[in-house]
Parts: sequence; C-alpha cells; structure tokens
Amino acid sequence: MVGSIVSALAYIIIGPIIGGLLQGFDRKLTARLQGRQGPPLLQPFYDLYKLFSKQSVVVNNIQDFLVCGFLIFVVFTGALFFWGGDILLVFFALTLAGIFLIMSSCSAYSPYSSMGAQRELMQMMAYEPMVLLAAIGFYIAAGSFNVKEIIQADIPPIVYLPGIFVTFVYILTIKFRKSPFDLSTSHHAHQEMVRGLTTELSGNILALVELSHWYENVFLLGVVGLFVMSCHWWSIPLAVVVCLLSYFLEVIIDNVFPRVKWQLMLKSAWGVTLIAGGINLMIIMLIP
Amino acid sequence: MGLIAFLILFPFFAALVLACMRKSGPVRKYTMFAFCVVIMAAVLVFSAANLISGETVSYLPETHWINTGMLVVEWFLMGLIIYQSFKWKKYYCALLSVAQTGLITWLELTGKSELPGNHILSDKLTIIMCLIIGIVGCLICVYAMGYMKDYHTHHTEFKDRRSFFFSMLFVFLGAMFGLVFSSNLTWIYFFWEITSICSFLLIGYNKSKEAINNSFRALWMNLLGGLGFAIAIAYAAIQLKIADLQTLVQTGTGTTIAIIPVILLAFAGLTKSAQLPFSSWLLGAMVAPTPTSALLHSATMVKAGVYLLLRLSPAFYGNLAGLMVTTIGGFTFLATSMLAISQSDGKKVLAYSTVSNLGLITACAGVGMHEAVWAGILLMMFHAVSKSLMFQSVGAVENCLGSRNIEDMHGLIVKLPRLAYVMIVGIAGMFLAPFGMLISKWAALKAYVDSGSILLVIFLIFGSATTLFYWTKWLGTLIAVHHHSGAVKDSTKGSEWVSLLVHCLLVITLCLSFPLASTYLIEPFLMDMFHEAVPALISSGNLYIMAMMLCMIVILPIAVRVLTFGKKNKIITSYMGGANTGDDRTFVDSFGKPKRMYLSNWYLTDYFGEEKLFVPSLVLSAAGLIILLVVAIGGAL
Repeated sequence: MVGSIVSALAYIIIGPIIGGLLQGFDRKLTARLQGRQGPPLLQPFYDLYKLFSKQSVVVNNIQDFLVCGFLIFVVFTGALFFWGGDILLVFFALTLAGIFLIMSSCSAYSPYSSMGAQRELMQMMAYEPMVLLAAIGFYIAAGSFNVKEIIQADIPPIVYLPGIFVTFVYILTIKFRKSPFDLSTSHHAHQEMVRGLTTELSGNILALVELSHWYENVFLLGVVGLFVMSCHWWSIPLAVVVCLLSYFLEVIIDNVFPRVKWQLMLKSAWGVTLIAGGINLMIIMLIP
Repeated sequence: MGLIAFLILFPFFAALVLACMRKSGPVRKYTMFAFCVVIMAAVLVFSAANLISGETVSYLPETHWINTGMLVVEWFLMGLIIYQSFKWKKYYCALLSVAQTGLITWLELTGKSELPGNHILSDKLTIIMCLIIGIVGCLICVYAMGYMKDYHTHHTEFKDRRSFFFSMLFVFLGAMFGLVFSSNLTWIYFFWEITSICSFLLIGYNKSKEAINNSFRALWMNLLGGLGFAIAIAYAAIQLKIADLQTLVQTGTGTTIAIIPVILLAFAGLTKSAQLPFSSWLLGAMVAPTPTSALLHSATMVKAGVYLLLRLSPAFYGNLAGLMVTTIGGFTFLATSMLAISQSDGKKVLAYSTVSNLGLITACAGVGMHEAVWAGILLMMFHAVSKSLMFQSVGAVENCLGSRNIEDMHGLIVKLPRLAYVMIVGIAGMFLAPFGMLISKWAALKAYVDSGSILLVIFLIFGSATTLFYWTKWLGTLIAVHHHSGAVKDSTKGSEWVSLLVHCLLVITLCLSFPLASTYLIEPFLMDMFHEAVPALISSGNLYIMAMMLCMIVILPIAVRVLTFGKKNKIITSYMGGANTGDDRTFVDSFGKPKRMYLSNWYLTDYFGEEKLFVPSLVLSAAGLIILLVVAIGGAL
C-alpha cells in the first residue's frame, strides 16, 4: 500500500522531469540526425519556464478551464497507473483527458484549431481499439486488470503478447505525436495546419499543455515497460531499457518518415490492430 | 396484486379519458399531469413495497375469462391492421397479422394453451423495468404536453390530433407494464402486439407520406417478430407443454430440447429491439414527433425486446441461439456506431446510437453468463435515462432553432446555454468516464473476455472507438464559442423543463447510486436466475476512484484558478493567417473580398456513409441470422 502511494507520488513529482529530459534528448538527437548542433539537454525546461512567465492570449474564457481538465486527468491517469490501479480505468481516464484537450480547441471558433481537433479525434479513433486490446491482453496474460497484480506475474506479459506489444509500439507514434502520425499538432509551427490543436493556446496555458504531454509520455512509456515487468528484480532495469529503446525508435521514425494522410493512418492503425493484435488475441484466448 | 392490476389498467383508463378530451387547454394539461403523477407514485410505492418484502411473487393460476377477453381484443387489433393495410394498400401486413392471430386463436379455442402455471410474476427485474417505464415514460408524457403545442405551431400542415397522440402514449405505457408483469407467454404476446400497433400508430401520427411508409415498415417488421413469437408459443404449448416464460427458460438451460421456442423468441426480441437487419424501422421512426422517438427509444418498445432477451439469457448459454444473439448484437453495435459517424441529423445520430447500444445489451444477453446479464441490465437502465434526455433536449433545440442538424448546434452554449448544459450532461452520460454507460461497457468487456468470444471482443473495441468519435464530435460542436453571438429566445415550455431537469438529476444520481441498484436489485435477481452468487464485477476500490473522478470534474473550476496563478488572460480573435476582417466569422479571400467562414465537422461519408455501409451490413446480418436460424431449428428437428 505504502509502496504504491510512493510510486504514484514519485510519478507526480519526477514524471515531468523525466518527460522534459526525454524531450531534451529527443531534440538533441533529432538535431544530430539533421547535422545540427541542437539545443542543450535542459532546453525544454527553459522553454517551459518562459512560457509560464508569459501572459496567455486566448480567444475565449473556457479554454483555460478545459486545458486544466486535460492536465489534471493526465496526471490522474498516470498516478492511477503507477499506483497500480485497474488498467482499463486508467485508459478510460486517459480518454477523458484527451477529450478535454479536444474540447479546448473546439471551443475556439478557429479554422486551424478546429481542424486540429477533428484530426486529433481521428487519431483517437485510430488508436483506441489497440489501447483497449492491450488492456485485454494484460488481463488474459496475467489474469487481472490490476497493474499491481500484472507486475507480479512470473513470466512477463510480453511472452504472451508479442503481437499486441508490436501494435502498441505502432500506435505509440500516434500518441507521441510523432511523424508520420503528427496530424493534429506538430512540434514545428510552419505547416499547413499552423499548430493545429494548440494554435489558439499560448503563454501559461500552452505551458500547461506541454507539461501534460510530458506526463503523458512518461505514462505511456510506463505501459511499454509493463509489458516486460515480472516479479523478478531484473525486470525493472529491463523495463527501463525497453522504454528507452522504444523512445529512441520513435525519434528515429519521426525523422525518417514524412507525415501521412489521415486515411492511411486510420487504415494502417486499424489494420495492424486487427492483424497483429487480433491474431495474438485469438492465440492467447484459444490456447489457455 | 392490487397494485399490479392498477399499474396495468390505470394507463388504459387514462388513455380513454384523454381520448375523450378533444379540447386543448388547462383542463387537459392538468388531467394529464395528474395521471403521470399517479403512475409515478404507484410505481414508487410498488417498488418500495417489493424491495422491503424482497420476494418474487406470482399470481393468477386460473384466468379463463381474462384470456377470452384478450382474444376479443386481439381480433379487434387484427381488424384494425387489416383496415389500415387495405386503406394504404400494404396487404402483406394484413397477411402477417391474420397468420399469427389465427394461430393464437386456434391454440386458445382448442384449449391447447390452457396449461397450469402463473400468469403474473413480479421479481427484481420487473421492478427495474417498472421504474424505467413509470418514471422515464411518464416524464416523456409530461414533456409531450409542452412539446406538442410547439410542434403544431411550427407544423401547421399537419392535422392536430393531440388527444389521440396523448392517449396512445398512455396505452403504450399500460402495454409495457402488462408485458413486464406477465409470465404467461400468451399474455406477453398480447401486450407485445399492443406495443407493435401503438408504435405503428404513433409513427404515422402526422400522416405525411414518409410517416405512413415508415409506420408500415415498423409494423411489418414487428409483426414478423410477432409471428415468430406466436409459433414459439404454439411449439412450447404443444411439444413441451409449457406456457410460461420462467419454465421455458428453466427447461431450456443447459439442454437443447427447448431450442426452437427459445430461438424464435430471440428472433422476436431482435426485431423488437431493432437489431440488424431490422434496424430500419427504428431509424424511420424519427419522422414522428420527438416524444414518440423518446418513448420508443428509451422507456418502451425497444426495451421490451431487450427485456425478453435478458429474461431468456440463461437459455442462451453455449448453444446456437446464444451464438445468433451475440453475433447479431455485437455486429449491430459495431456497424451502427460506424454509420452514426456519417450522420449530421441529431435525431438520426441518436437513433443509430440507440440501435448500437441495444446491440451491446443484446450481446450481453446472448452470452448467457451472469456477469454479462449484470452489465446488460445496467446498460439498459443508464441508456433509458440518458437517451430520453438526449431526445428531449434535441427536440427542445429543434423547437427553438427550427433545425435539429448538429451543424446548426454550433455554439449552442452561447445561443441556448441552459439546453446546451442539459445536452452536455446527456452526452457525457452516454459515453464518458466516469458516467454510467461506460461503467456498464467496462463490465460488458470483462464479461465478453471471460466468455471467450473473440469476435465480440473485436466488435466491442472497434465499436467503442467509433462511438467515441461521433459523441465527441457533437460535444465539441456544442461548446464552440463565437464572438459577437448572443442568446436566442428559449421557447422551451415549463413542462419540458420539468422533464429535462429531472432527467439530468436522474443521470447524475444513477451514476452515483448504481452500486445500490446493483446490490439491491440486480444481484438478487441474478441469484434467482442463475442460482449462484455473483462476484463483484467492479471492486469497491474502483468505485471510489470513479467517485473521485466525478469530484475532480466538480472541483475543476477552482483548480483552474490555482494552475493559471490567477493571471488575467488577454482575449483576441482567432488566428486566420492574419486575414480576419475584425472578428472570427469572416476573412479576406484571394479576391480581397470578405468571405464568411464556416467550420464543419468531419462526417467521413466516403468511409462510413449510409450508401457505403448500410446495404452490406444488412446483407451480412440477414445472412448470418438466416443461417443460424436454419441450422439451429434444423438441428433440433
């Protein structure tokens, strides 16, 4: 009990630090891949600090309300996960958080943020089946939806769930908003959609969105780590290594592929879910 | 017993009184209001009394003269259908009606259906159904008073037949009460037919060409189900010597002797709950005034279908009938939630979403395990309240704005703030954590995984994603805030507000109190039904977490002040590449002229349009249904 509260608190306190460092690492690596020097590792923190100190310029007064909803529910999602809660409930909370973010850009009557919102919704529709399937996979592999019990398994879930793991990494690109699936908003603000979802957000409100993304990324890597967790001590360093490797992979993918249209994203995400995830599900459900 | 008789008969009496009150005015208004209050009070007293005594009771083993009376009414109804079919030249309906009424008459007159057994039964599921019918149904009647007044001021082309309309609403309620209290199959069938004919008359209310066509579609589909029902009764009475539902379910559990009547009853249930390939009658039903749709979609009609399926549930476990019900239900859930994406008409989205949710309940019933039935009953409760709320709010918006298109609801939070909030509660209740529907969907997911049906799991995960899409889209439309747009005159009547606000309250109360409903109503019922203890599906720890989520939404406004450090925001117009003409409505186009901006939602008709998906899903589901029916019946013969 104490252990789970400590890990939830650790997530709330250390989560954004890890998230920021990961983003710093991402920017450095991307710069090197493009033959640039790149910003210092701590640059994301400087950026965030500066954003927080600015006044925000918004188009209406309910935007900050909705963005705060996003932040709170993302933190809640992650805290519930690291506390060891029910993984389905964790994912439902994540969906709720996502809807708050979409609502904040819908509330602005603005072409770019509106388009971003519709695209974000499309992304959600593309990854949602896989997210639920991952939860079901954990349930069948470990016999419980509770994260607390999943990590006590003798054999790590990935042994049963290779197909589901691959699919989860696939949709991770959508969730991390990495190219080729950075449809709704992008790290680079000079494109056809301006900044999509976050076009109408600025200053300290934008800072809250950034902060939430850091929290979200750490949580998602936590789910990746869960695939290799077991009751043995060595599974923890192994999980960290797997998380870092998958993050590294996402950065590489981001730099290699151009953005695709939503049609391809939807078809490929659902296709991979149905084929890799579905076959994996069939095997573990039929062979006890 | 007295109270049960009162609940069944009083609505018919009320209908008779209202049919005689041709003049609209305060007298009719208050009479109708009083009737609604009486029914609601009777339902509450009945439920409370039953909860305290806590027993399942059955009555009336001997009912010869009532049966004869019912037969006379059935002949009258057949006459009505024949008259209507000849009047509008839809002869096939007459044929279907004659076939089934003839069969039942033969059974009745030869005395083959006179088997020992009780005719009336009241258990915990009956209480749940009574609460849904009594409270939601009566609130819809209250709402109808104000709505119909506006309806006839907007639609002067239709003849004002309000007294007929109101009396039909009450006949419907009476038939539903009769249906849920009956245990004898012939009795259930009798009330089943009344609901079919009521819905036919209500859908055709305004007598436009479209309404008449759609009402006949509803009639023939439901009569087809009724025919299946009649054959099931005949088979059960002659071959198995069984006349009541409970015995049939007991006989049918674990064996295949009773598979023919079970599968035929399931077929009737599928038609009534508008599952594919029979969904089109419910989709067509939205031509009728909104109270009709609200009543058909939430408290009555379709709930009768899923009610029957849930009752039959134990007899579905591990056989072909169960396979048919789960496959059709799961497929309907996925297909109609995809179709809902492409719709912009608010009522049509609601109609598809009803069919989709009913598919989920149907699939739960078909699994035949107690945890699935638990989820199904909860889904039914939450759905009744949320869907009724949604229909009523869309109807109220339509009366204010003159349109029920979702695109026209852009910025409703500014135009009609109070209705927008009501609608947001309804939508949140339909799909968002931690509100009701999601809890039940969660339980359904667990049940499907435990039952080992891979196909159902696949249907559910994809269907959830598409459900998320169309609801969120709608939600986003409502809360768009335009500059310089003001409130529109809210012409919603007092009676409509009573109903809307009580519904809102019910959605929220049900979210907070569903563990109580589960402990005192659903679990005892499942104990009776499956004879084994039901494990807690959602642990108390998770319930606390969900309560926490609800609280977090409530305290959000305070959190905002803390997180933004109390800074004042600067408000500007939205970004349009610097081409705004001063507000967020128009921009300067490439000719240097101001151009109005219009932001539409995504409907993805190339992928999810009706013309793309509807016919293929009809064909697939019809093929599946026919194959499974033939295989199951052929195997048993």
